[in-house]
Amino acid sequence: MARILEFILNGRKRLDAVPDNRLLLDYLRETVGLTGTKTGCDGGECGACTVLVDDQPTLSCLTLAASVAGKRVDTVESLGANGALSAVQQGFHEKLGSQCGYCTPGFIMASAGLLRKNPKPSEEEIRSALGSNICRCTGYVKIIEAVQHAAKLYAAGEARP
Amino acid sequence: MNEITPIHPIGAYVPMVDGPEKVSGRAKYTADFIQPGALAGRIYRSPYAHAEIIEVDISQAAKVPGVAAIVTGADCDKTFGVLPIARSEHPLARDKVRYRGEPVAAVAAVDAETAEKAVRLIKMKVRELPAYFTAKEALAPHAVLLHEKKPGNIEREVDFELGSVADGLASADLVREATYNCAEVCQNQMEMHAALADYDAVRDRITVHASTQVPYYVHLMLAQILDMDMSRIRVVKPFVGGGFGCRTECLNIELITALLARKAGGAVRTVISREETFITHRGRPETDIRMKIGMRKDGRITAVECECIQRGGAHSGYGVVTILYSGSMLYAIYDLHNVKYVGKRVLTNTPPCGAFRGHGTVDVRFAFESLLDEMAGELGIDPFAVRRANYLTAPTFTDNDLMVNSYGLPECIDWVEKESGWQARKGKLGPVDGKRKGLGFACSHYISGASKPVNWTGEPHATVKLKLDFDGSIVVLTGAADIGQGSSTILVQAVAEVLGLDISRVRIVSGDSDVVPKDNGSYSSRVTFIVGNAAIDAANKLKNMLIAAAARRLEAEPGDIECLGETYRAGAQDKGLTFEEVVGEALKDGGTITVTGTYSTIPESHGGKKYRGSAIGGTMGYSYSAQVVEVSVDEETGVVTVDKVWVAHDCGKALNRLTVEGQVQGSVWMGMGQAMSEEAAYHDGLLVTANMLDYRVPTIEDSPPIAVGIVESNDPHGPFGAKEAGEGSLAAFLPALTNAIADATGGLRFNDLPVTPDRVFAAIDKRQRAQARGKSGGGA
Repeated sequence: MARILEFILNGRKRLDAVPDNRLLLDYLRETVGLTGTKTGCDGGECGACTVLVDDQPTLSCLTLAASVAGKRVDTVESLGANGALSAVQQGFHEKLGSQCGYCTPGFIMASAGLLRKNPKPSEEEIRSALGSNICRCTGYVKIIEAVQHAAKLYAAGEARP
Repeated sequence: MNEITPIHPIGAYVPMVDGPEKVSGRAKYTADFIQPGALAGRIYRSPYAHAEIIEVDISQAAKVPGVAAIVTGADCDKTFGVLPIARSEHPLARDKVRYRGEPVAAVAAVDAETAEKAVRLIKMKVRELPAYFTAKEALAPHAVLLHEKKPGNIEREVDFELGSVADGLASADLVREATYNCAEVCQNQMEMHAALADYDAVRDRITVHASTQVPYYVHLMLAQILDMDMSRIRVVKPFVGGGFGCRTECLNIELITALLARKAGGAVRTVISREETFITHRGRPETDIRMKIGMRKDGRITAVECECIQRGGAHSGYGVVTILYSGSMLYAIYDLHNVKYVGKRVLTNTPPCGAFRGHGTVDVRFAFESLLDEMAGELGIDPFAVRRANYLTAPTFTDNDLMVNSYGLPECIDWVEKESGWQARKGKLGPVDGKRKGLGFACSHYISGASKPVNWTGEPHATVKLKLDFDGSIVVLTGAADIGQGSSTILVQAVAEVLGLDISRVRIVSGDSDVVPKDNGSYSSRVTFIVGNAAIDAANKLKNMLIAAAARRLEAEPGDIECLGETYRAGAQDKGLTFEEVVGEALKDGGTITVTGTYSTIPESHGGKKYRGSAIGGTMGYSYSAQVVEVSVDEETGVVTVDKVWVAHDCGKALNRLTVEGQVQGSVWMGMGQAMSEEAAYHDGLLVTANMLDYRVPTIEDSPPIAVGIVESNDPHGPFGAKEAGEGSLAAFLPALTNAIADATGGLRFNDLPVTPDRVFAAIDKRQRAQARGKSGGGA
């Protein structure tokens, strides 16, 4: 069965027919064509598919597309304004929080979710907020520095998270 | 005097040139090429670990509406493999299956659900054979052979003795021997394997997008498997989500997808699951090591005897090279003589292992550095002093003819000793929160690219082209595969440095065989050294052309022209020409300029001929690493926490301090995963840890701060003096950890990896029980 899904995706209203069993991840990548959100595992293990649903970091691989009806969904493509990088994106780029880049959209969305709620997180709070995202390149040291840098940029009003 | 300073991108903290794509989600990986009309590929895998194939029945699957093509072993009788001497693998099994999960058939259908449905209808009739899941079982007398031409199920045996171990041991004050077991581990890179093959039936051409570290090897194997002329094949390497060695050979997914595309006459996209990615494997084999070392009272090593058995899996892969590295790389870190090595690479009914980061060196280094630490303790010498008693003096050649020109190990050791506060803190870290604390130390090293390429063609080891056109932009054309390690950034920096330009003037195109020169690929940490030198060569050629053009325009001698990046002038009083003016002049001769830079290793670096395979280990430059690890051990639970790591890495010269730090931290951390939690476990040949929960990778909450010291020994052959930075620091973590645990626990040694809480708890418990028995006066 399919149903009509109406919701806000990256600030724009979206109207699609989606099968009931369609995962939000597959919907974003294959129906909409937003491939920034990544598939990294067979379900709920790695965090690469993290998006924000009403500002809450959510695994899109464990979320049915139909369940976001009426909600706001933000993917990595929504960040930044007029093509500029957001504070979190800038932090990950400048501090090398991203190496191969595959886990990066998930980390960035989890970090954006954290900073929207808690603009000045402690190191412990950063570790806790990113505890379900796996990165295989960095050893996480520079990811923590990236989020701390992003928080500074955000606090300085230079960019939105 | 007119002061103009050229720009120096080398040595700075430079964010990656392709970073904005990665952080914005615009970077496209193979699975992101979702093209309308492409078919979905799915693979049917063997449920048997070892069996003769009687029949593969695809009749029911073929009837499923929407199925466009099915391929089986009958569609391809060719074999593939990375080493020309060991091509044992069929893309789809024929006659026999040798491990659970080996591809047997594949389906291309209109969508993934349909392909999946068809795969479930494929049936296999077999005659089962005895299957061996450990090296010991496979080596047993009368064991059935996995491959007819491999008696005893041995892929390769290595046996050499250089000097005399007997004499060396006779002159030692202390001789110790211990055994070690390192579990099999997987790269588990974040991007699951994917391939997109597009067959053009009108022109009989094929384009393959592959998540690979070696587009050229994929190209070669596609030609072999498809029996197609190489000129009809195009290989594209888009963004790649990590590799760590599992993509340093062509994988079955690329070949199967191409076979499907040709049969279906169109485009097929195959994205395999995490479980299938684990089963495709190419990880580090389970390794059993017996290590024996002779040492004098002053810490000088007099002899080494090492026996190493690797459970290689069902096919050769890189196996021959791995077992050779494990022996040859005993050398080139310390001044060793009297060394005997016996290595056995065993064929087993498990997925094929391959070239995991630190290829062949890691487990042996773990054993060596562990035993060194234990012996230092027994002799009452500081572990730093033991290493210092055995330094090499560069330049030198080792007994197995490895060329060492730069040697920053002493500075690495000094750095971690000082920064960790070793001398002041060692043995004085009291319990904190009821946990016992300890410090451990160890060293490791690695090559900067294998000196001899796998496929010997007589061409230069690397070729880089630069294109300069009317717009004044310089484009680097390279086949070097950026897989996240930052090779594109380094090559851009190298070219910009030579020309004195900002990196924003330089762009890079890599990884499309239609456009870029061939490159051997990203493995054995070769790109910075080998391709970097080719990029410098190309940039120097371009610079000479620009200087000649400037001289012509300024009516000066080329020797009098100063190249200042954006300005070329004849003397400090000259106003000079802008870069654009020089480019305009230079293009007058023949229009668009392209230059070719090359690099080849020198014969002295090719290793010797003292035993068969002794070229393995040869490189232009060895990196060095020293590490101190600080741990807390909870004796109630067996949980070990790594509190901090200090690592110093001799990379010759840090071309990019930011990415060197990132590579070193990533290596250390990957070593931590292997040491503490990662293990590929099997049940009757079924990989039962084929997901990221059971295959336990450290999370951000488990991971320590890692302080990095960069040591610059300025290698005489390295590009700007550089050597590798992305692998050499992995191995030292393992022994540094177990040495730290021994320090914390009053001498409990863990020679089997991973050191899980279960193992630590069991050892502590055993000791407590023994002590309790001792106190109660023994007795039953």
